[in-house]
Amino acid sequence: MTEPTTTPSGPRQYDAIVVGGGHNGLVNGAYLAKAGLRTLILERRHLVGGAAITEELKPGFHFTTFSYALSLLRPDIIHDLDLVRHGYLPLHMATTLAPMEDGDHLLFTQDRGSNIHEVSRHSRKDADAMDQYDHDITQVVMAMKPLFDQVPPNLFSNSPEDALMLADLAKHLKGLPKRVLHNCVRLLTGSAAEFLDDYFETDIIKGLFSSSGIIGSKVGPRSQGSGLVLLFHHMGEQDSVFGKWGFHKGGNGGFTQVLARAATAFGADIVLEAAVTNVITVNGRATGVALADGTEIHAPIVVSALDPRRTFLELVEPRELPADLVESIGRYKFQGTSSKVNFALDGLPQRPGLSGTGSEMRGFINIAPSMDYLERAFDDAKYGWYSERPYIDGCIQSMIDPDMAPTGKHVMSCFVHYTPYHLKGGDWDVERANLGDRVQATLEGFFPGFGDLVLQREVVTPLDIERVVGLSEGNIFAGELFSPQMYFFRPAPGWNQYRTPIEGYYQCGSGTHPGGCVTGGPGRLAAQQILRDRTSAP
Amino acid sequence: MIRRTPFHERLAPLNATGLFSHWSGHLVSVKYQLDEKAEYFAVRNSAGLIDTSPLYTYRITGPDAERFLAGVLTRDVRTCVDGQAQYTIWCDDDGHVVEDGVVFRHSAEHFWLTSAEPNLNWFLTLSPGYRVTIEDISDASGALAVQGPRSRAILASLAPEIAELGFFRHTTVTIGGAAVVVSRTGYTGDLGYEVWVDAADAPQVFDAIWEAGRSHLLTPVGQQALLMLRIEAGLLLIDADFHSSRFTFTDTDRLSPLELGLRWMLKDLDGDRRFVGRDAIRRELADGTSRWAQVGIVVDEGEWDALHTERGIIPPKDHRPVPWEMMLFDGETGEGLRRVGHTTSFMWSPVLQRHIGMARVEPRLAAPGSRVRAEITIDHRYHTVAAHVARAPLFDPPRKTASR
Repeated sequence: MTEPTTTPSGPRQYDAIVVGGGHNGLVNGAYLAKAGLRTLILERRHLVGGAAITEELKPGFHFTTFSYALSLLRPDIIHDLDLVRHGYLPLHMATTLAPMEDGDHLLFTQDRGSNIHEVSRHSRKDADAMDQYDHDITQVVMAMKPLFDQVPPNLFSNSPEDALMLADLAKHLKGLPKRVLHNCVRLLTGSAAEFLDDYFETDIIKGLFSSSGIIGSKVGPRSQGSGLVLLFHHMGEQDSVFGKWGFHKGGNGGFTQVLARAATAFGADIVLEAAVTNVITVNGRATGVALADGTEIHAPIVVSALDPRRTFLELVEPRELPADLVESIGRYKFQGTSSKVNFALDGLPQRPGLSGTGSEMRGFINIAPSMDYLERAFDDAKYGWYSERPYIDGCIQSMIDPDMAPTGKHVMSCFVHYTPYHLKGGDWDVERANLGDRVQATLEGFFPGFGDLVLQREVVTPLDIERVVGLSEGNIFAGELFSPQMYFFRPAPGWNQYRTPIEGYYQCGSGTHPGGCVTGGPGRLAAQQILRDRTSAP
Repeated sequence: MIRRTPFHERLAPLNATGLFSHWSGHLVSVKYQLDEKAEYFAVRNSAGLIDTSPLYTYRITGPDAERFLAGVLTRDVRTCVDGQAQYTIWCDDDGHVVEDGVVFRHSAEHFWLTSAEPNLNWFLTLSPGYRVTIEDISDASGALAVQGPRSRAILASLAPEIAELGFFRHTTVTIGGAAVVVSRTGYTGDLGYEVWVDAADAPQVFDAIWEAGRSHLLTPVGQQALLMLRIEAGLLLIDADFHSSRFTFTDTDRLSPLELGLRWMLKDLDGDRRFVGRDAIRRELADGTSRWAQVGIVVDEGEWDALHTERGIIPPKDHRPVPWEMMLFDGETGEGLRRVGHTTSFMWSPVLQRHIGMARVEPRLAAPGSRVRAEITIDHRYHTVAAHVARAPLFDPPRKTASR
């Protein structure tokens, strides 16, 4: 990290200041610096990465405290920002293990033929249904990808540019085959359960596949809207394999360190422990930022990489904004529902029926034996409490990257759902340890003796996510992936093109399109918009 | 009758795929697990174990051993000190490459030389007049490569002196109760070692390494992953990137060291050392008659993606090397297009996140950054995709040569 460069004539002058050194802030700052803008990235904490960090909480044990896997990162970013040169290294997940309650399991590898036989053990019908499902989803993904990687049109503007974009969009949709367009609509509006029920009859397959429909969101697999979340999690690729998820060397914190090196290499300055209290505006125009220590730094462009609530209601005076925008942001749903429980382990978890070598645990371990299991877990959350038997997306990351834990020891990251931010008649500071116990007990059920392996446990509730990272209500996507707050409407109708009503003030966090997850898309598209506006400005 | 390597009895049970192929008449695993990419990543991220026993190994001894090798090998073994190894080639009188291999210097009177193909007759034919004994010791020995960032920790836990072993150095240590030679060499372009054993000691040496590697995620690696690793490392493969001049029928298929990108080996062309092929190579240099330059190429991945996506196809990114040559052109398809080279190896590289290749181009295009277009087929039609020349090895981590 560099201190702001001091020149003989005083501190360095900046063309752009990015507020927040999360992954989108870093991507945005890197693109702006690459385009020649003197760019400053300000991070409140002692390290960059936002929710994508890796911390050594016990000597030798590296925890991905929050975000833990990669897939949706837009591939253009890798090349545009020359990330490979700075250490970008996506690692391969060889397996996905879904243990069942009767002692059996479903084990996916990267070999299609053996996956078909594995599914056939549970249902012969589901085996080739799986190929059909994959193909249908992939076609929808292909159809949606162009939307994912472009600045969305503004439905409410009269500019010829937006009219053209809308016409292109209509033409694109009109060109889709009947089945593909219908599947798009079914996924974008329906539930994961409805979609999956058309293909599969087996609980374990439906449990595993519908998990993607609830991750990070306050929906159950049978809720309308879970289809969109399911589709969203298929939009990525990992090391060129469509829809696949992987793990970055050194965890997602390893990835954001790569981004920081790239941004710095393009000439951006990154300053840590620099908390921005507000954006300075003069006559409806952003002119810089004020820091908590009273320092003011000026630049004609200020970009907020924070979530929409902080971008519009905290960094600026709401009265600077149209009332309808303030109202929309007030309505924007955060309601974080996910937690992390990270374990330092003395050895590998064991389960009867597995090899004992860990060869089946070189990827996700998905604790969702059925759709009913997930829906019941959601029931608890609906009424304001955390799941009696939570959904867990586990991963023993030291099986993929040996540098994550001391030799022979392991770290296990567990994404935990559902744990609503607002507990009815409870308090996360009180319930934190109970949640940890509950997750550990759930794992004990699937991996007998698990508890004896635990050397250390870290429980990260939605409240902790909010406190540490700053994501409102601990929502991991910087706002729910619900259709009323996607694409045309992310984060608010008419403000989906990274601009704000304040001239020179932009937004690039995951609360803007195509955010949620580590996509970098908002950072990249916002930079495009900023650079376009600069060239078209008089 | 297909042969088993000395490590076969240990490695074969670890092969969960039943896929074996033949390498120099030996049964070797294509891949051990369903997923060759996991094996590839083991070498780039933890450690992989590769049975390289099918290589031919020769022992060259005698009072004239050094003088003999200095005259037949293209690189000067006199610059190699005891305990050092050299990657080298040998040429014919016309300055064409016969083969490549690694020469290990134990002393001025004792060398080992490895090669992919049999060469005993080649060297014996050149040996009259020299007090030298050349023996094929392939059958009596085995070789196990331990490659990847964790390879040092694994082997140093068995023989601490390995921690200090420099790049292309070798030493004799005891592993699993047996005396073995460990060299810091390999075919992956990563930090790595090769362990040379007497065939009879193979199982016990294997057991010791396997046990030491367990907690480092040591993974057996088959041929498919090895052939990916070597392309990223820019290491030549006979019958892929070149052919032995002994067995080709036309000069089109013969290549000089200059044309194979090995100019760096020829430090003393004007010195007093006479070696087979020297005069022809000097003439080629003086007359500027090299036909090709061996280079790395990197595909413009954005254009690759667009060419496919525009046609409704998911851009194929296959990490398994392409087993054919791809033509390189100086422009788009169409009239007046000129062929300027061809790839000799090509793949999607997971660590570089791009399609890469080893290629031969006209010497004028040898400079890094030179633009070419590679011919590919999409929807059964020819297209070309932009690529640029880059310095090989395309993947070259500092740990490969680092002292610690």
